Amino acid sequence: MDRQFFDEMYDANGVCRPHYRGFANWLENTPQELLAQRRREADLLFHRAGITFTLYGDAQGTERLIPFDIIPRSIPASEWRGIEAGCIQRVQALNLFLADIYHDQRILKAGIIPPEQVLSNSGYQQVMHGLDLHRDIYAHIAGVDLVRDGDGTFYVLEDNLRTPSGVSYMLEDRKMMMRLFPELFAAQRIAPVDHYPNLLLETLKSSSPLDNPSVVVLTPGRYNSAYFEHAFLAREMGVELVEGADLFVRDERVFMRTTAGAKPVDVIYRRLDDAFLDPLAFNPESVLGVPGLLSAYRSGNVVLANAIGTGVADDKSIYPYVTDMIRFYLGEEPILQNVPTWQCRKPQDLSHVLAHLPELVVKETQGSGGYGMLVGPAATKAEIEAFRERLKARPEAYIAQPTLSLSTCPTFVESGIAPRHIDLRPFVLSGRETRLVPGGLTRVALREGSLVVNSSQGGGTKDTWVVED
Amino acid sequence: MLSRTAADLYWMSRYLERAENLARMLDVSYSLSLMPQDGRGNGLDELAMPLLITGTLEEYLQRHGELHAERMLNFFALDATNPASLFNCLAGARSNAHAVRGRITADMWENINATWLALLDLAEQGLSGYGISRFCEWVKERSHLFRGATYGTLMRGDVYSFIRLGTFIERADNTLRLLDARYELLGADSEDPNDRSARAYYQWSALLRALTAFEAFAEIYRGSPRAGKVAELLLLRAEVPRSLRACLTELQQTLADLPGDNGRPAQRLAAELEARLRYTVIEEVLETGMHAWITEYIEQVQCLGDAIHKCYLEVA
Repeated sequence: MDRQFFDEMYDANGVCRPHYRGFANWLENTPQELLAQRRREADLLFHRAGITFTLYGDAQGTERLIPFDIIPRSIPASEWRGIEAGCIQRVQALNLFLADIYHDQRILKAGIIPPEQVLSNSGYQQVMHGLDLHRDIYAHIAGVDLVRDGDGTFYVLEDNLRTPSGVSYMLEDRKMMMRLFPELFAAQRIAPVDHYPNLLLETLKSSSPLDNPSVVVLTPGRYNSAYFEHAFLAREMGVELVEGADLFVRDERVFMRTTAGAKPVDVIYRRLDDAFLDPLAFNPESVLGVPGLLSAYRSGNVVLANAIGTGVADDKSIYPYVTDMIRFYLGEEPILQNVPTWQCRKPQDLSHVLAHLPELVVKETQGSGGYGMLVGPAATKAEIEAFRERLKARPEAYIAQPTLSLSTCPTFVESGIAPRHIDLRPFVLSGRETRLVPGGLTRVALREGSLVVNSSQGGGTKDTWVVED
Repeated sequence: MLSRTAADLYWMSRYLERAENLARMLDVSYSLSLMPQDGRGNGLDELAMPLLITGTLEEYLQRHGELHAERMLNFFALDATNPASLFNCLAGARSNAHAVRGRITADMWENINATWLALLDLAEQGLSGYGISRFCEWVKERSHLFRGATYGTLMRGDVYSFIRLGTFIERADNTLRLLDARYELLGADSEDPNDRSARAYYQWSALLRALTAFEAFAEIYRGSPRAGKVAELLLLRAEVPRSLRACLTELQQTLADLPGDNGRPAQRLAAELEARLRYTVIEEVLETGMHAWITEYIEQVQCLGDAIHKCYLEVA
């Protein structure tokens, strides 16, 4: 069989990989009707539980299910250890980078990153300059997007250091699999992920110098696309889920309005972008934030997780330098590689990109969620020409990467079981130490041939197993 | 607890209780309208009752011109443009529950979410195939299930308290309005609290059935329902769960148990109202005039609701 892509379950000769054998056996002996029936059951349960997200730009505020695929993505424990070490190394370097650029800016002085690329970046927040954070941690929660190329190597596609989402699906997908197919878990050693909320709470508590700080989750509200996740995490941690209007600032201290009067707040796990946090300091139109929050933050009376101004480090124009950061700050060789990236701000890179547009993926440096990108091989001539004009007009706003042949995983689709492209987002927590639970969110592009896995673009999710081999 | 969370919990349970009450009311009006009438309105005066009680008569007439059984039922059941419809009560309850889904148990949330999804299906099919009585039964049943899930799974704490407060404020108001409306409908007949006509019998037993208090009446009084006894049962008897007295006892206790000092005005008012009821006999109510007495209590319950808002739901 001719295989162009790395398949997670079968090797190039169509032989099942060792860590998938238990599952493959089970799959062979399970009638398709039963699988179809279990999948309908999963849909029903997800729907009933309201495990949904809200689509942006949909006037009805329609709540959609993120399609859940019952065929798991499995990673052998030996391979996971490399991913884990690589993610930890990367996030440590990124936190050191953030502390550096808001203080001494050694990396800029050393000429490793051109200063204007950091200092004039819209993600760089001047208000953070010179501010000391407890443990020097900026990105308490990070999501690292990984893909596997045709030869089986993992690459980091991007780092998400602002308000990465999806961890609730990692946990709900696992719960669903255990409910639908308990026999699979009885037969194999699949590392548990359910303690994530516990680790998250520990991380948040350790981000404050106080002994027993009061922690809240700040949500933009129930119409936000990730509201389910905000509520889920608050409930699992047993902390208040607050909206901006529930908080107020008095004497540079943050309080929440409760039925028993005002109560102090010490740590805010905010799921709200920088621009909306404080109408006095940032966007004055915003009604989502808390007037005066920034002054309380700068006085050190409240911790924000993640810190303000982390966006500069997950900007796609900074991404090419992360491997250099690892060498600069940690004196180590990067464990995980970047995808080769052309920076369109460089004239040489730009001319290469313009000459090869039909083969490349072009992304906005500020873009996320799969919006504002060009997938060359899948685009029409007209789309490519339109993008060419945008690139010429604002080259600094774009980067380009080769079209990766993302790995595939067998997936239950209309026509039966067929390979579909996937990626992986583990969640890295930085507190007293940097750590992650063994697993992550596997996203799957459900359309045949599609490489776009974002839920806002119709992608689905899979349970992710780390299996002892 | 966050004031906003408390407000969402309070309104979630008010909307649910309101939906249940409306379903009870619709069911009774519909059944009565099917009985042989005395020629005064072909059952339409019965059907108009829910409109009168909920204060939506004007709005209905503006939209539909005349009283019409099927349109009226639909107006109350599934009309998304009628803010007082069952559809909108359940939409409101589900929306409040959604906002606090992290504070209620998964059993509760899944219950109310499943109700809402089923209602959307029903709204699409329409009521004609389903039947109004069956629909009302279904709403009551969903309400029972939710209450059961709450009672059986929710930690006894502030969340539970604010849910109870919403329920009993709404229920107290509803019982008062239902009694008042029945009393008014009987018109001249109601002047005699011992009226024994068939019409009075059906009116009063229908009211008791709407409040699931018929069996309680039979057991306590062992006789035909008459205005004075029915009023005593529904206003003053503590052992009937939908009576005004039972509601105020719950409200008073729940408020007294809430922590903090900021609730004192609400706690005091609830205690006053409860004590007044405890030492009132039905003769005093009838002497004041039932309508006047009920009107005053409706206002007092409203004041208590306002006090709860000021003390807990809008503080800091």
